[in-house]
Amino acid sequence: MTVVEQPSLTRGEPGTGYRVVGTSPAHHDFVDKVKGSLRYAADWRLPGMLAGRVVRSQVPCARIVSIDVTRARALAGVAAVLIAADVPSNRIVELASGGLAELEVAMPVLATGRVRYLGEPVALIAAASQQIADEAADLVSVEYEELPGVFDVETALADGAPRVHEAGNTLVTWEIHSGEVGTALAAADVVVEGEYRTQHVEHAYLEPEAGVGWVENGVVTLRVSTQVIDHAAAIAGILGLPLSKVRVIAAYMGGGFGGKEDMTVEPYLALLVWHTGRPVRMIWDRQESLLASTKRHPFIMRYRTGARSDGTITGQQVEILGDAGAYPCLSPRVLFAAAALACGPYRVPNARIVSSAVFTNNVPASAFRGFGAMQVVFGYESQMDMIAERLGLSRTEVRERNFLAKGDEIPTGERLATSVEVGESMRRALAMLGEPPQPSGPGKRAGRGVGCNRHPYGRAIWFRDRASAWLTLQADGTMLIRSGITDLGAGQAASLCQIAAEILGVPLDGISIYIGDSALNPPAGGTFATRQLYMSGNAVLKAARELRDRIAPVAAEMLGLPPGELVFADGTVSPRRRPEDVAATVSPSLTLAELAAACERRGVHTSHLSVWRAEAGSFDPRTGQGDTFPDYTYGTHAADVEVDVETGQVTVLRYAACHDVGRAINPMRVQGQLQGGAVQGLGYALTEDLAIEDGYPQSGLFASYLTPNSCDFPDVQVDVIESGEGKGPLGARGIGEPPIGNVAATIASAIHDAIGVRPTQLPMTPERVAALLDGPARRGPGGRDHPG
Amino acid sequence: MTMRNLLLAVNGRDHHVWAAPSASLLDVLHDELGLADVRYGCGEGVCGTCTVLLDGDPVSACLMLAVQAVGHQVVTLQGLMRPGGAMHPIQECFLRLGASQCGFCTPGMVLTALDLVRRCGRPTRDEIRYALVGNLCRCTGYTKILDAVEEYAAVAEPPGGESAAP
Repeated sequence: MTVVEQPSLTRGEPGTGYRVVGTSPAHHDFVDKVKGSLRYAADWRLPGMLAGRVVRSQVPCARIVSIDVTRARALAGVAAVLIAADVPSNRIVELASGGLAELEVAMPVLATGRVRYLGEPVALIAAASQQIADEAADLVSVEYEELPGVFDVETALADGAPRVHEAGNTLVTWEIHSGEVGTALAAADVVVEGEYRTQHVEHAYLEPEAGVGWVENGVVTLRVSTQVIDHAAAIAGILGLPLSKVRVIAAYMGGGFGGKEDMTVEPYLALLVWHTGRPVRMIWDRQESLLASTKRHPFIMRYRTGARSDGTITGQQVEILGDAGAYPCLSPRVLFAAAALACGPYRVPNARIVSSAVFTNNVPASAFRGFGAMQVVFGYESQMDMIAERLGLSRTEVRERNFLAKGDEIPTGERLATSVEVGESMRRALAMLGEPPQPSGPGKRAGRGVGCNRHPYGRAIWFRDRASAWLTLQADGTMLIRSGITDLGAGQAASLCQIAAEILGVPLDGISIYIGDSALNPPAGGTFATRQLYMSGNAVLKAARELRDRIAPVAAEMLGLPPGELVFADGTVSPRRRPEDVAATVSPSLTLAELAAACERRGVHTSHLSVWRAEAGSFDPRTGQGDTFPDYTYGTHAADVEVDVETGQVTVLRYAACHDVGRAINPMRVQGQLQGGAVQGLGYALTEDLAIEDGYPQSGLFASYLTPNSCDFPDVQVDVIESGEGKGPLGARGIGEPPIGNVAATIASAIHDAIGVRPTQLPMTPERVAALLDGPARRGPGGRDHPG
Repeated sequence: MTMRNLLLAVNGRDHHVWAAPSASLLDVLHDELGLADVRYGCGEGVCGTCTVLLDGDPVSACLMLAVQAVGHQVVTLQGLMRPGGAMHPIQECFLRLGASQCGFCTPGMVLTALDLVRRCGRPTRDEIRYALVGNLCRCTGYTKILDAVEEYAAVAEPPGGESAAP
């Protein structure tokens, strides 16, 4: 059993001078969670509350001939049955890239005339109990005329393929070009080619989609499990109401992972509340969530990479096709991230990247932790391993030769503004594994793998992102933080408290934070794109510094010191201690309550709202050049595996992950992100597959969807680099998404090392690995070029 | 649907509840008794978020009818709290070791782990893994949960000791 590195829990990082940042205190949400007292979206009850239910299409591609709801409406206890005609504005137009390059295709709230995937909402029911709502759903009679559909991207792109939408089956194509890739590949000493395929994946947050809605003072109010309260605008549009008449409150989520970035229950709940005038609760059951919630995009990736004989990459050509499913959702952005990150953490002087999102009659794919920048890691890292193999170099040597460095240009023409510690992360990840693995017996092969990545944090630069935060120092020295941030469960709100506490010296238990309310909180944008520590963290830092700068002169005057000589810590303001002051027994100081009272007397306002803006820029989709993402997080994973040559079963023996997080605001939570991301990635690599055949899911049961359990994988050893170079608060980088990215590539690398054959399709199930073993590997051992 | 009046013993107190014969124990605990620490996660008995102790044994409340709990002692996570709102030592361990992220799986994890430690005293890390196999977590990757249960087992009294009682 491997040893877990424990974080430093009591003191800040030595030498940083921080008191609160760099420690791992248990925050408000943590205590509620272990007591079981946190109220999630479904844990809300109002008098007269109805149960809501979505009636969904049972065929993947059809014309709706008729819908008959008379029997459902007549059932005792049914308050409302709604169809498309009852929706004031039945069009959701999501231009996910901001309209830069994609087709404009509308998604109906409730299907009208056609259904395009199995599970598409057709009608809504509100009833006195869930049981009555379920019975009424069975009484909605829909007559379908089935039409030929397309269920994979290659068929969808073929000449004469049925069109999912009139506008065409290609939602968007992104192209990024730099240099002369044809010339570079022709002149290369070695060219390696690979095709890689990935699967539909389920988010499988343990809290299913849920929410409660009601009308209060004429405002449709929804308290839901969502990453994005800004959907209030879309909901108002659907209802035909002014935005001031819709309020969205985000409960602390029981996980989201991108699956609660698009709207889930919101439009349906809002329609039922608006039509009935009564409170409604809607909970998607797990089987409904499996059937109809958005998924991770299956990708087909074709890579051609050229290198010199010393391993230096000269050019890379990448073609990516992503299965968007039946509606756009966030596919344009996902496939953009895939294109922008397709070359990974390597210098590629000549590149040609083409990345398309393609409509099919499958369930829509959208955001999922990793967001397109994850699938491509399997592609680019497999290519690196192949170059090493072809040239007889070690896998680490080839990577070291090509790692990006600060100041280098990437294929979009941008220069990297912050340090690139990917080489250090690779050395540390491999060091954690120790001695190379040995097979446990006959019929077993052992191998070691490594996978590096570059993952963006923050929204694409052309969105001109911003976040605001509002801090109030109260009369008794306690503090309120108000922020529109939503909390996925990773401690998004808690990190803001630590940053404010660091700057203003308010003890953590004296801070209350109010989040996720579109009416009462200043806007912070959604919790996605690994953006909240970067964006709202910077907003809180800026607000806290500005508030301190405003009140510090009052304290300075009272203490008879220059404002720059003050230290805000532990609930007091005191003089900065110089070494010669250490012997002094008493130094004058003020409590924050005394300072707040003094500010009140002098008319100095102790409440402050601040907006932080990310850098602005633009991207030209015609040239594929311009500004893409603000910055990146780099890291490496390493793993030892054992393969059973009879069954193809892959056992992960040891697993290690190291990322540069810039600065660990809360080391315990950073570790949690690395460990949790790695295990989620192990599911993606080895077991998880939401199999869909001709538009029909192969299983409707959670029991058939293999998310990792406590026995499946070893402990994840973690190490964290703190370069202090991130663009987040106090030099932090985002770490929410990055640690899921490396895993599939790392495990594929280890399997190849063990058996000498490279997996190119996910998940790497025993059946698939056994099929690889039926090739040349059975005849001789693999196990070459151990890295490290 | 004919409702029946059920006498349920939950967290050391008796409750009279009106429930349909088809109502699950989960729905009655969550919606009728307001115990938000017993959570719907899958309805298949796969994820473990609705775990409660029935006469001390962990069971999935989504797979039981409420009527089946009549005559038995039901304990939910809230039933572990000490007088004055103090946490049970196993909750302290989960808190200290960062064994909770989104927190949705935490009540089920804690109850299953508590049962294991009561039965086994000092389980090995692999025994803890085996015992928690029916409680899924999608956030933590399990490492910190295993750390927390190991730590609790180290501080808990041997099986049968007073401190193990809820």
